[in-house]
Amino acid sequence: MVEFLFIVFAVVAVGSAAGVVLARSPVGSLLFMVASLASVAALYVLLEAHFLAAIQVMVYAGAIMVLFLFVIMLLNLGHDYRRDLRLTLTALPLFALTGGIAALLILRFRGAEQAPIYRFFGGGDAIDAALAEQGAVGAIAHPLFTDYLVPFEITGILLLVAIVGAMALAKRHVDDPVPAPAPPAEPLAALDASAEEG
Amino acid sequence: MLTEALVVSALLFAIGTLGVLLRRNAIVMFLCIELQLNAVNLAFVALSRYVGIEGQVFVFFVMTVAAAEAAVGLAIIISIFRHFRTVNVDNFNLLKW
Repeated sequence: MVEFLFIVFAVVAVGSAAGVVLARSPVGSLLFMVASLASVAALYVLLEAHFLAAIQVMVYAGAIMVLFLFVIMLLNLGHDYRRDLRLTLTALPLFALTGGIAALLILRFRGAEQAPIYRFFGGGDAIDAALAEQGAVGAIAHPLFTDYLVPFEITGILLLVAIVGAMALAKRHVDDPVPAPAPPAEPLAALDASAEEG
Repeated sequence: MLTEALVVSALLFAIGTLGVLLRRNAIVMFLCIELQLNAVNLAFVALSRYVGIEGQVFVFFVMTVAAAEAAVGLAIIISIFRHFRTVNVDNFNLLKW
């Protein structure tokens, strides 16, 4: 059953990843991306990473993709259906190189579950024990707040810097030309006139 | 399940690379970079089944950095759009050799 679900979600993840590349409109790409992220979250569940699956759906598929959608709608790009795929000669060898590295990775790790290095680390049993003892969140939170506390704090600073940087980059500068405001309609004058008549 | 997960991860990464190389829309290129980050995350989670929970902790950090990167990158795209009125990267060739 687990294998069957794994194959189903893997096919959906890879298929919608292809959709991201092939969809014409940016909004279509984005929706395919959400499908891909959600199926990868399902793969996380099948790999017993329940907390990461929840984070993936909430942060990635929720927050980050909504940010992308905001930008697409803010820039009014949702109506751009022109095909912008560009097939060049340099892209093909680069893609072949990436595929070669991927194939090397697969060959290197094929059937590696029984390799001695994984038995040395305790393998899945150690994680199962940690999950049973501390729960899905505690199993990650405990190393995060003890062994990895300094990287965690640095990540917090990184987020602050990202907020400040994003605002500094995206705000309109004072001396930028401001688009002319729409001429105000005059409902109040009409209202006053009707009030005086009445 | 390790091998299957690594295969899926490698496929997702290769598709993401293809997208970055082939698409001209800056936002879609950016989405494909997120796809690559996601593929690496999947490999981390698959290996953490065998090597230890640290892989999942690292995925947590990667997601945070991806969020920060998305915020700054989209701000840059908005800034570029203000100057050029387009997000097609063929028009930004000032820094090209």
